[in-house]
Amino acid sequence: MKSKTIKGSRAARPGNSVLGKGAATAFLSPSLIFIGIFLLIPAFWTLYLGLTDYKLVGIEALNPSFVGIDNFTKALNDPQFLSSLKLTIVYVLGSAIFGQALLGFVLAWVLNELSPRIRNIVELIVIFSWIVPGSVVAFLWFAFFNKEEGTLNAILGVNIDWLLDYPMLSIIIFNIWRGTAFSMLLFSAAIASIPKSHIEVARVAGASKMQQLRNIVLPSARSYILTNLLLITLWTFNDFGPYLLTGGGPGGQTQILPIFIYDSALRYLDFGYGSAIAAIMLFLNLVISLIVLRMSRKGKK
Amino acid sequence: MRNTLSVRSSSRTFKAVLGATLAGALLVSVVPSATAATNTIGGVCAKAGVKAKVGKTNVECKLVAGKRIWTDTKIYKVSISANAILGGKNNQTATWIQNYVIPQFELSNADKGKQVEVSFTPAGIDDNQFKTQLALDLASKRGPDVMALDGFWVAEFAEAGYIKPLQSVVGAKAVNAWEGWKQIPASVQGVMSYGGKKYGVPQGTDGRIIYFNKKLFADAGLPTNWQPKSWAELLSAAKTIQTKIPSVTPLQLNAGDGMGEATAMQGFLNLLGGAGSLIYDSKTKKWAGNTKDVRDMLGFYDSVYNKDKVGNSDWQLLAGENGRNESFKAFSEGKLAMIIEGDYLWRGVINPVSGNFKMADRNTNVGFAMIPAQTPKSGVNGQSFMSMSGGSGYALNPNSANKKVAWELLQFINAKEPVSSFMAIGGAVRISQRQDVNAAVLKSDPCLKFVFEKAIPNTFFRPASVNYNAVSVLLQKATTSIVQGKSVADTAAAYESALKDLVGAANVASN
Amino acid sequence: MKLFGKEIQLQDKRRIDERTKVEKLSTFAFVLLAASFFAIPLMWLVLAPFDSDPTFRIKWPNWGLGNFSEMAENPYAYRSLMNSVIFSAGSGLAVILVGAPASYVLSRIKFAGRDAFLYILLLFSSIVTGSAAMVPLFLLSLHLNLIDTYQGVVLVLTGGLIPAAIFILKDFTDSIPKSYEESAQIFGASSFRILKDVVTPIIRPGLAVIFVWSFVQAWGNFLAPFILIRDVNKQPAAVMMYSFYNDGGQAVFRTVAAFSLIYTIPVLVMYFYVNKKYGFRFYGGIKG
Repeated sequence: MKSKTIKGSRAARPGNSVLGKGAATAFLSPSLIFIGIFLLIPAFWTLYLGLTDYKLVGIEALNPSFVGIDNFTKALNDPQFLSSLKLTIVYVLGSAIFGQALLGFVLAWVLNELSPRIRNIVELIVIFSWIVPGSVVAFLWFAFFNKEEGTLNAILGVNIDWLLDYPMLSIIIFNIWRGTAFSMLLFSAAIASIPKSHIEVARVAGASKMQQLRNIVLPSARSYILTNLLLITLWTFNDFGPYLLTGGGPGGQTQILPIFIYDSALRYLDFGYGSAIAAIMLFLNLVISLIVLRMSRKGKK
Repeated sequence: MRNTLSVRSSSRTFKAVLGATLAGALLVSVVPSATAATNTIGGVCAKAGVKAKVGKTNVECKLVAGKRIWTDTKIYKVSISANAILGGKNNQTATWIQNYVIPQFELSNADKGKQVEVSFTPAGIDDNQFKTQLALDLASKRGPDVMALDGFWVAEFAEAGYIKPLQSVVGAKAVNAWEGWKQIPASVQGVMSYGGKKYGVPQGTDGRIIYFNKKLFADAGLPTNWQPKSWAELLSAAKTIQTKIPSVTPLQLNAGDGMGEATAMQGFLNLLGGAGSLIYDSKTKKWAGNTKDVRDMLGFYDSVYNKDKVGNSDWQLLAGENGRNESFKAFSEGKLAMIIEGDYLWRGVINPVSGNFKMADRNTNVGFAMIPAQTPKSGVNGQSFMSMSGGSGYALNPNSANKKVAWELLQFINAKEPVSSFMAIGGAVRISQRQDVNAAVLKSDPCLKFVFEKAIPNTFFRPASVNYNAVSVLLQKATTSIVQGKSVADTAAAYESALKDLVGAANVASN
Repeated sequence: MKLFGKEIQLQDKRRIDERTKVEKLSTFAFVLLAASFFAIPLMWLVLAPFDSDPTFRIKWPNWGLGNFSEMAENPYAYRSLMNSVIFSAGSGLAVILVGAPASYVLSRIKFAGRDAFLYILLLFSSIVTGSAAMVPLFLLSLHLNLIDTYQGVVLVLTGGLIPAAIFILKDFTDSIPKSYEESAQIFGASSFRILKDVVTPIIRPGLAVIFVWSFVQAWGNFLAPFILIRDVNKQPAAVMMYSFYNDGGQAVFRTVAAFSLIYTIPVLVMYFYVNKKYGFRFYGGIKG
């Protein structure tokens, strides 16, 4: 083929970029400035507050002092904080990892086989649970769990006060209901990206569904699974939703970390301590992310 | 891949979304804000040529032709805020401010030749959230000129420098010149005071009593004009109900940190006072720690919830308002025999016309009794009966641009006519801050009359200390422990230990 | 032997048939159970708003539209929904404007610490959307004169949404082959032109998903408007919803039901639209 040099054309740039440095900077700068102002500044400011005894009212509002790591040592010795930490871990494991991810995957896997019409209907219902605004959803479930008039008791034929007697279970179920859609969508994409031929070959060779799952689907979907777990773990860790159901109670039994921070900030207006807790949460999120990243990198090799 | 290059339809969509948003924005800015046609956000009453129709609960100002003579060309703008909103929370307050206070205040100024525009900043959120918003505003030297403030918050806001004593804002002479102070009992003035100085004017007050169901009492053989004179008599009545009518809960005594301050105000503060102590002794400057009186108070909770089981433990452990609501519901349905509550129960909860838990036979079937001390004369100051009063009020913003007018507005909302007007709105009578208004208005309401005449003379207020909130939470949690079955000795010890961490061991009394 | 072989074949087939039947049945049961689990709590939203006497229970309503006119009597209800539209659409647009170019660059250019940078941003977003950041956000907005403004809330909301948006959009862009851009480049298109005319149409489905996701997040957000807005006429539905209590603190079921439904509809409509046009999926988008 004759290679004609078209007027004004350039040879494809070697390496991996269509963008020149100038264009890249031009594209990135506005975003970076925005991120600098509206994300980095408030984030670092909050972290700094964690090193002070700042309160929004009282004498510490007028004259806050720098207390260094005092807030952190206070937290580590605070039984309420430790309990909150434990509850959060249970919440994340129960509702995100063993709840949303598992249910989302099973749904994606099962629906993949069914007729598009059924698939669309079921997916629609699941996605609705995700899209309906948080305060509405909280009200729906508050009504659902109600002792006298709740529908759950009507269906099961019992008279249990769910939010009082089984608070953690209630908020875990609530969160699974609320968040499964994301995992389902993600895993749908994962399954869709597996070439159909691979699965066909396995099926013809006589592999059972479980074997197909174990040997083909899971390995191919590995990176999806890890990304999903990372995102929903972080999101659930920081999830404030249960507050609207239980307010952190009864007696602090569902006071997960985001609610603990909210109480520090809004009930006691203790922003110094609350910020320190937020910093601890940040650290924990970092640890989780690093673990997932390492697992993901190991898989890539 | 779908629609990779259908640029046209996609840009159409984009334009549609943009258009809808702009239309929405336009609509929002053009459609007038929520105001009645004859109302006066923006100073209609102050404008030239105004005809006013002054009613008991609202004022209508209509613009007509004509001219006013202004003695002052400046337009004074002041704002007033409250956690109240038309058609929602604290509707009565919002209605009063928007339909009476603002037009009437503007009108009375216009009649004197002064142009004043008052704006109202409503809100309908949680009280803690309202407090946070207000604190943020005051911290940045913004905020309304006249602000609704819970008496509870005065100490912390004063310590933070957010509010200043009235005399610092407008001068001692102006403050002392107000006639209203004579009408407001000194103890009630204390609601909006700190460090001996007044920061605002209280807006009404309230009291706590024991409500009981007369029919249940009669069925159980108890007198319908019952007045217990000690804790023992109170418990004994509860036990009688329990034996004779096992299907009802005998007594509701607020407990637990779910109910927050309601546990303090309706619960342990009355008991502690009845045992002889205040939670904070301003003479010795110490908080009550593991003292005999505190243990006695916890012991009473122990009797109610563990030993004699005359209360419903489940309710006390519910989140937020839920436990209290359960007790309200039960009392309104005749399933709870006695409840220790504020006059709010009578006016707003079991009110047969407008209550949340309407009690049709409220007026004939509900009896009142004062809360007894532990034994006669064992209470603080040698009292035999106890009550607690809370309250909120309005304060001045030290950074107001129009301090003088703001003070005039503050005085205005506490004058006799406006206060009477507030009572008249919504129909449900309340105890006002002014004795002259109370004398006229409370005649017809037996309960409020009882509270005003019997409970308020025996009443105490919460200490105006920045630490009060936190200490109260510690005691609330102590009652939670008792309800959950922990022993009095352990609970009191744990409470004192946490208290010492909070305020310093030197500020804690124990015996 | 053949006979014997045939026998075995038949048995195997029957076993496989039975296995498939059991599989089919359990799949059906599972799907039914799951669908019910997700559908039942939602039913209150469909029934109670039309019930003249709604309670917590999901019950057959006393049909009527009274709740909606009662809601209209509240001076702030409908207005707050308009405000929500402004905040949410604004945030959606801002997220795309700020996020799309950044995602493209971060997808195409590798530099040391790129991934770490993204993860740090993601972690920071959890701080900035939490209660602890209230004071810094307020003071920052104060210094920028953004208190009590629409743009202030949009900017603050966008700040919290950007990291996850870039994260998702970058992965999406990663999966798009660079061939289109490279050929456009050979034909002399400038980088800006490439972004506008080649890349944007291709990642449009991803942009649509991010727009809807941002819209939904902003739609339900309470914290930002609570911190920054004081004028009740600018408050969005997320905040207004909590004011539907009577003087005694009881929720007014009728207004809450009607409001909840109307509050929900716009996001449902958005989802439907994007799903129909692009398919609401993450496509080949998300990988590690």
